[in-house]
Amino acid sequence: MYNSPYLRQNTSVRRVMGTVLVAMLPAIAVQVWLFGPALIAQLAIASLTALACEAAMLGLRGRPVAPALTDLSALVTAWLIAVCLPPLLPWWATMLGTAFALIIGKHLYGGLGQNPFNPAMLAYALLIVSFPALMSQWPGLQATDAATQFGWVFGGERMVDGITGATPLDALRTGLLTGGDATSVMQSPAFGHVAGAGWEWVALAWAAGGLLLLALRIITWHIPVAFIGAMALVSAIGWLIAPAQFASPAFHLLAGGTLMGAFFIATDPVSGATTPRGKLIFAAGIALIAWLIRAFGAYPDGIAFAVLLMNICVPLIDLKTQPPVFGHKKGDAP
Amino acid sequence: MLRQLFSFNGGVKPDPNKGASTREPIARLPLPPQLIIPLHQHIGGTPRPLVKAGDRVLHGQRIGAADGNVSSAVHAPTSGTVVAVEPRLMPHASGLSAMAVVIEPDGLDLRIEREPFDWHAATPGEVRDHLRDAGVVGLGGAVFPSHLKLSAGTAGSTDTLVINGAECEPFITCDDMLMRSEALDILRGAQVMRKMLAARQVLVGVEDNKPDAAAALKAAAAELSDASLDIVVVPTRYPAGGAKQLIRVLTGIEVPHGRRSTDYGVQCFNVATALAVWNALEHGEPLTRRIVTVAGNVERPRNFDVAIGTPIGFVFEHAGLKPDTDTLIMGGPMMGVPLPGVEAPVVKATNCLLASSPALFPPPEPEMPCIRCGECARACPADLQPFELYWHARSRNFGRAQEYHLFDCIECGCCAYVCPSHIPLVDYYRYAKSEIWARERDKDAADSARERFEFRNWRAEREKEEKAARLAARSAAKPAAKTADVADSAPSPADAQAAAPATTDPKKALIEAAMARARAQKEAAAAKNTDALTPDQQAQVDAAEARRKRAADLLAEKQTANAPADPSAGQNDAAR
Repeated sequence: MYNSPYLRQNTSVRRVMGTVLVAMLPAIAVQVWLFGPALIAQLAIASLTALACEAAMLGLRGRPVAPALTDLSALVTAWLIAVCLPPLLPWWATMLGTAFALIIGKHLYGGLGQNPFNPAMLAYALLIVSFPALMSQWPGLQATDAATQFGWVFGGERMVDGITGATPLDALRTGLLTGGDATSVMQSPAFGHVAGAGWEWVALAWAAGGLLLLALRIITWHIPVAFIGAMALVSAIGWLIAPAQFASPAFHLLAGGTLMGAFFIATDPVSGATTPRGKLIFAAGIALIAWLIRAFGAYPDGIAFAVLLMNICVPLIDLKTQPPVFGHKKGDAP
Repeated sequence: MLRQLFSFNGGVKPDPNKGASTREPIARLPLPPQLIIPLHQHIGGTPRPLVKAGDRVLHGQRIGAADGNVSSAVHAPTSGTVVAVEPRLMPHASGLSAMAVVIEPDGLDLRIEREPFDWHAATPGEVRDHLRDAGVVGLGGAVFPSHLKLSAGTAGSTDTLVINGAECEPFITCDDMLMRSEALDILRGAQVMRKMLAARQVLVGVEDNKPDAAAALKAAAAELSDASLDIVVVPTRYPAGGAKQLIRVLTGIEVPHGRRSTDYGVQCFNVATALAVWNALEHGEPLTRRIVTVAGNVERPRNFDVAIGTPIGFVFEHAGLKPDTDTLIMGGPMMGVPLPGVEAPVVKATNCLLASSPALFPPPEPEMPCIRCGECARACPADLQPFELYWHARSRNFGRAQEYHLFDCIECGCCAYVCPSHIPLVDYYRYAKSEIWARERDKDAADSARERFEFRNWRAEREKEEKAARLAARSAAKPAAKTADVADSAPSPADAQAAAPATTDPKKALIEAAMARARAQKEAAAAKNTDALTPDQQAQVDAAEARRKRAADLLAEKQTANAPADPSAGQNDAAR
């Protein structure tokens, strides 16, 4: 005999996670179309590693393996890691990052729902700190066939220099460091219309998936709106003050991980803020830190570090932004 | 009239499932072979039983008298014989028993002669007493004695009387059917209550999934042509029928936890309560029956007019309980309680009897970890953060749970309804609340024990001090009095000798004082016994006294002769 409520909505963690996976498909498709099928190999490597780590850790922790393994949460983490990494990254690096995310980032903290840090961003941070060169090798837009790409991912011989190049954020950063100014650096055809040839499409595909999540009520508007709004605001201020030094808001919004971060990373409910006001603060904080890292830091894109830094602040933000409860709102006192 | 409506945050929209039980009109359920009428069916004191086994009772006879003012009476729903007054199984998840009057109906249904009560002429106080003695309590589920809620309070403090016909919980249709058939008397009851409360207006809230009920009420209101009556159709959203949520929707006022709505000028009653008030006043009819929805896994879902005390199994038999039923629920699927057995009776709080089957209400899927998705917070009509409450309740961090307003939770079940991790959230809150109550009880007990102990210590200390003060006073007075004593009385030298050491020894002084008190008491007693004597008796007493004095004198002479300086002899003598 169990207690009320006896009625329950037809929903589950699996359904939530599955929806997130579906919402990632447009961006994955665009990335494959632009950069080649190596991403599919990365997704496979990350997924298998994640599931193996999840099962092993659940076993070690003495928890039931089947329900947790089929909740798809490990796959969401794996896919988020895979899409962040350069598609031609060697297989062992992807495995290392994924295993780190699952074992240290998730299960050592107590598994699903307990991790204070976004596991995918932990993996990305680990890899970019440990292997900065590998992590900057993004394939160019010129087509390479699948066999070659898979060979690079799985093979030992890495003659990828010829076909890889910097991401637009990387290029901007290098250009600025070597004495150019933002406007002239961005005249190069690699920057496409706004934020890098092809990259704009990736960003828009993330936005499309994010809108799907919004429509299906998997996420609320607070984090994407605050994230994009804050990024636009701070980059606009910088750009208006010193257009030679800082890229335009449009560039910042469409380049790198901005839109992916706004809809898919910062919206991770476990490691993010939960109150409506807290979500606004949390997301705006990420955008601000990410822009600061992009503009002044040592890394081309700062979304991962910004997310991790704001993860630390979540307990405080949640505590200080508790919404007023029924009957205790301002002006209610008789 | 177009009225501005307000909304509350959160809430859910489960399938109302109200169609099946509203196809047929309300049916009057026959009487069962035995009625089990619990004495305690409301919030407040347990009524005193007025009958004993073997008594004959009549329909409408009071069988339990209200225990104090915060209580309500209980009546026999038919005539028959009381076969027992004993603890019986109650319709409560605990499976506990409570005192009940068991009546075997005689089938004659003889009514008790009604005492005429002219409520138009009666004072509000008399009307309230009448309602209390008619057993009228809130029929929306809370069963709070209605008479207590019908004071005007400080003049003009009540603005709005809300009559709750929202009935937001799925499957339950008893209020719906009652509004359709008894709209006029419901509104008449509301008019009486409005007068008693001195309220400006009456707002009857009905969810928009009950158009027939709303139409019936509107027609009745038109017939009464009372400008203060307004039938308001509100959007269907569970839990719009919660008193606080309905007050919010109709008036925009949010009544916080721990406050009464009357502090905000609003009072709220269920539609069935309004009808019960009208029946009690106009027809002198005590509350002995109520409408019960029987729904869920039954062949013939329907609303029944049921005598209170009818065993639940008997009700289900008439609706045709299906064989795959696994749980019987009292109330709706969101807030109902699982019943411990079919012997438990229908009580004043029984609005719905729901049969559950694994197909209808599948057992919850295994509980997964909370992913803090916040669905529960979006669904919570009390604007709480249910996942934080869950977190703290689960880690037995009850203080934190209270800081997150645990006691503002109305246990509506919206959070558990939407939870993708299938966490039985409400169970955690019930557990946390009961733990906190238990701790408070323990703390209260410990506090009063400590207070008693401290008071005892304080009293012992005070007595010690008083004793010391008395002694000090006495020993200060003694040396001065001594010389006078010796000089004044000195009837025997032994007395003076005995007194001398006493001044130096406090123990001796105490004994002395005690003896003096004893003497005084003895004299007082003697005086009482010898009051008002006849001259003959007085003569006898005098003679006896003389004999005794002579004997004492003789003894004294003898002692002085034998042991001239024995102080103990003198003491003994004095003590005799």
